[in-house]
Amino acid sequence: MTFMASLSTTATVADARISGGEDTRMAAPDYGTRLRRARLGLLVALTPVLMLFVSFSSAYVVRQGLPTLDPRTNTLVRDWIPVTLPKLLLINTGVLILSSLFMELARRQIKGQVVLASAKAAPGVSSGDQIRIPWLLMTFLLGLTFLFGQWTAWRQLAASGFYVATTPSSSFVYLLTGTHAIHLMGGVLALFVAGFAALLRRSVATRSIVVDVTAWYWHFMAALWIYILCLLEFAS
Amino acid sequence: MATHEFAAQESHAHEAPQGFIRKWVFSLDHKVIGLQYYFLALAAVFVGMFLSLLMRIHLIWPAATLPLLGDIKPETYLTLVTMHGTIMVFFVLTTAPQGGFGNYFLPIQIGAPDMAFPVLNMLSFWTTFLGFVVMIAAFFVAGGAPLHGWTGYAPLSAIQSAGPGEGLGADLWIISIAIFCIGALMGALNFITTTLDMRAKGMTMMRMPLTCWAWFVTAILGLLAFGVLLSAGILLLMDRNLGTSFFVPLVTINGQLTGHKGGSPLLWQHLFWFFGHPEVYIAILPAMGMCSQLLSVFSRKPIFGYKAMVYAILGIGFLGFMVWGHHMFMSGMSPYTAFAFSIMTMAIGVPSAIKTFNWLGTLMHGRIRFSSPMLFAIGFVSLFVTGGISGPFLAQPVLDIQLHDTYFVPAHFHLIMGVASIFGIFAATYYWFPKMFGRMMNESMARWHFWFSFIGTYAIFMPMHYLGMAGMPRRYSQLTEVAYLHELIPLQKFITYAAFITIAGQLIFLINLFWSMFKGPKASDNPWEATTLEWTTATPPPHDNFGGKTPVVYNGPYEYSVPGAPRDFVMQNDPEIKPAH
Amino acid sequence: MGLVLLIIIWLITFVSTYFFVAKTWWLPVGASASAAGIDHHFTTSYILMGIVFVAAQVALGYLVWSFRDRGSSSSKVAYSHGNTTLEIVWTGLTTVLFVGMNLASSSIWAAERFRAAEANAVRVEVTGMQFAWYFRYPGPDGKFGATNPELEDASAGGEAALGLDAKDPASKDDVVTGTMVVPVNREIEVILRAHDVIHSLFIPQMRFKQDAVPGLAIHMHFTAIQTGDYEILCAELCGLGHYKMHGMLKVVSQEEYDRWLAAREAEKQ
Repeated sequence: MTFMASLSTTATVADARISGGEDTRMAAPDYGTRLRRARLGLLVALTPVLMLFVSFSSAYVVRQGLPTLDPRTNTLVRDWIPVTLPKLLLINTGVLILSSLFMELARRQIKGQVVLASAKAAPGVSSGDQIRIPWLLMTFLLGLTFLFGQWTAWRQLAASGFYVATTPSSSFVYLLTGTHAIHLMGGVLALFVAGFAALLRRSVATRSIVVDVTAWYWHFMAALWIYILCLLEFAS
Repeated sequence: MATHEFAAQESHAHEAPQGFIRKWVFSLDHKVIGLQYYFLALAAVFVGMFLSLLMRIHLIWPAATLPLLGDIKPETYLTLVTMHGTIMVFFVLTTAPQGGFGNYFLPIQIGAPDMAFPVLNMLSFWTTFLGFVVMIAAFFVAGGAPLHGWTGYAPLSAIQSAGPGEGLGADLWIISIAIFCIGALMGALNFITTTLDMRAKGMTMMRMPLTCWAWFVTAILGLLAFGVLLSAGILLLMDRNLGTSFFVPLVTINGQLTGHKGGSPLLWQHLFWFFGHPEVYIAILPAMGMCSQLLSVFSRKPIFGYKAMVYAILGIGFLGFMVWGHHMFMSGMSPYTAFAFSIMTMAIGVPSAIKTFNWLGTLMHGRIRFSSPMLFAIGFVSLFVTGGISGPFLAQPVLDIQLHDTYFVPAHFHLIMGVASIFGIFAATYYWFPKMFGRMMNESMARWHFWFSFIGTYAIFMPMHYLGMAGMPRRYSQLTEVAYLHELIPLQKFITYAAFITIAGQLIFLINLFWSMFKGPKASDNPWEATTLEWTTATPPPHDNFGGKTPVVYNGPYEYSVPGAPRDFVMQNDPEIKPAH
Repeated sequence: MGLVLLIIIWLITFVSTYFFVAKTWWLPVGASASAAGIDHHFTTSYILMGIVFVAAQVALGYLVWSFRDRGSSSSKVAYSHGNTTLEIVWTGLTTVLFVGMNLASSSIWAAERFRAAEANAVRVEVTGMQFAWYFRYPGPDGKFGATNPELEDASAGGEAALGLDAKDPASKDDVVTGTMVVPVNREIEVILRAHDVIHSLFIPQMRFKQDAVPGLAIHMHFTAIQTGDYEILCAELCGLGHYKMHGMLKVVSQEEYDRWLAAREAEKQ
């Protein structure tokens, strides 16, 4: 199911569906309902994340263009000094985009496992052994690589004399990349939980929902990163 | 085996929990969480009221020494102002109507067994609670709580040496608000997902009670606004502690350069008010929904203009994001921008007026029962009108020149937020108490409480309009320094005495609340003869609200006095009723 | 109960309206050129909103009494979900009222704020700091001298508080005072600055208020049309001394102003 199609049942306001079966007993929600609800929740949750970065972006644009009164000369001056971004950030970007690809493969992989699990319930069907590439683990590792790469980039910035408070432009570089990194860390944590959930005996259906939601979150974080990079590099 | 795996669900949310901790502390049941929010707000409101009492005492007796607390210095007064505002706006007005009653009754009113994400719901309460603890902690650290007002304008709030309390106290204030933002966002997530995805069969959006519409739109406002407040708080913490200059230009405090330069104090104001204005609609919308609900129930009449009411709620929510600049007319903002914001602000008065007309229209040709919830609903309409009428004065920049930062402003916002919204909370308490606790509150005490509160709050806040017109500025800890303010002291005294009496009257409510919980007369399942789904459940509702049977909805929420119907009310899940003409 | 509600609501309405009409506590007498127009618009707004206020409260009181449940003698409840025509009518009327009121005031706002001060206005730089106002006049050279934050010494008052840089030749004739003196019937251009936090210059009788923001020099203007002494207050929370950060505006004749300024200049020699 594509993401938007899975949401379409919630988009209609004309009528609602009960969870579960048709009778009036309150059945536990089925997989489809749980997935839809989780995706809706993620969409809603991404809104304040977006607002946070919209807010930072508007502060950035305002601050860039802002003249301030120099009390010594009694004139308005602009004091924006652009920061040269470390080239490492481009490599990190590549890592993040690759991790997004792996994340998507992991999402589809576990979705396949869910379908297989329901098929296995029918007698006479056997799955046969397959070599399973650990996409989830690879995403997790790439995520850690990205975060380590960001940390290294900050150290490079500091080495070239740009700390958090050195100039307004450097403040924004640390602010935007740091906030993004914190949010990505949340995604990495979710992958960790999803990966080890198997050990906690959570069902494949539950794990699939966690991975699905994390995957969309991850793609959003990748897109957000590209936006941040463009803002810092080109908006002047 | 695979089938079991495949059909796995969050069974823990639907089976009743055992043990004290799972049942009452870390409960996943939206009803328990709603009560937890409510009692947090109750504690907060008494803290906030106490702070305001000290403020009122200091204003008219600045030299007084209070028992235990000693002298109230000018900076202490400002700390009281700051913490009173912050605690009331966040931990009372954003907590009780939405987190309290919304959590308890939204799922039930739409026919759902719980909120969409019960674990997140539990976390959202405890996050909010943590925020409250951190806020109170600010009083007890070195330097005490901050004095920069609930609006926290930079640079006063951005420099540790700018005043007493602006050190660690201010950092804790910001951190507490940041924690609160996260808790509120988690709550908003649940409200929106639940409303969109968990309505029972037949419960279309346009059959939802107006309380649900109000909670839904309030949650959307919160979703969009709290992220911006969080961003502002992060930038402020950075300016205060990391030496950045987002909000602070080159300044000297006590003759010392602070090391900042180039920042913009107006940037703080834009970010803060972009949140701050929707926040006041977050504070009032649930009370408006409540008022609509109660006027209909107790007039035995459908709400007048349900569709218009829905559009008005949506209009208020939407326009609420476009008016923030009206807090900044005198700030140094461009006068052209000010003009644009003032037109939008006048526009937002229109949906509020529509709602008022519809409330009056609901009362007309009704059959009004004066139960305690109804008294507070009627009081709400009166107070909302009064508070709303002062809005158009402040919305016109040319008049705002004179009125900005005078007592006219607190007159306006207290009547709406500090009284009307609170009346919404009282009304909801008296109305839903029987369903929550299985007992009725005492009607006689409720009436005393109503009259104390209604007359008392008018006595407190109506005179503030006159003070503002006469030029009494806000946040002045004493009236001793400026000659013409001496003439206003008698009016200030009147307000203080009115405050004493009104606050005393709130004790009646407190006693009634706790006494009735244990000793009140037992309530039936539907003592008010109301139509919405919460009145179909057992009292109090079981863990999954409907005892295993999902309701199916056939009627709108306000089918009272339907011609030809056997009773003067038709439940939402009764067979579909067609009015006889 | 319906009757009690009606009585109390009406009583509160009429008592509070009385104090507005009687102007028991009212705007201080206006002494600036803009005051007449502003006060006129105040009156218009009060009349319009006053009518709405009284009408709504009277209606509320009347409705809750008239349509109280009288048991079996109550008239039949009108089962109605609303009236679309009425909705459109009162939405339209409210919009016209609110937006109309605003557009009417906007011409005054535009006259006040959409134009810069006249070329021959008397210029006064007003600086707010915790917790005093200082007023600087540019002197015969018409230029404000440079200030340097590093030279600021608030305890020394006057020029030292502003951090006036004596090395700048334009500073030599700058006059710094703690009292604002201006000539009557001349446009005064105020240039607002702040050293530390946001303050706000509020002169109630001039119908003047403008925030003084650090990092900005905000230009504003007014014309006093009546001589006298007028209170200046700070109208933006600025710290523990906010309540006592006040000053005085003295509006005097042109001759007296010239004499005063000349005397201040002479003191500097």
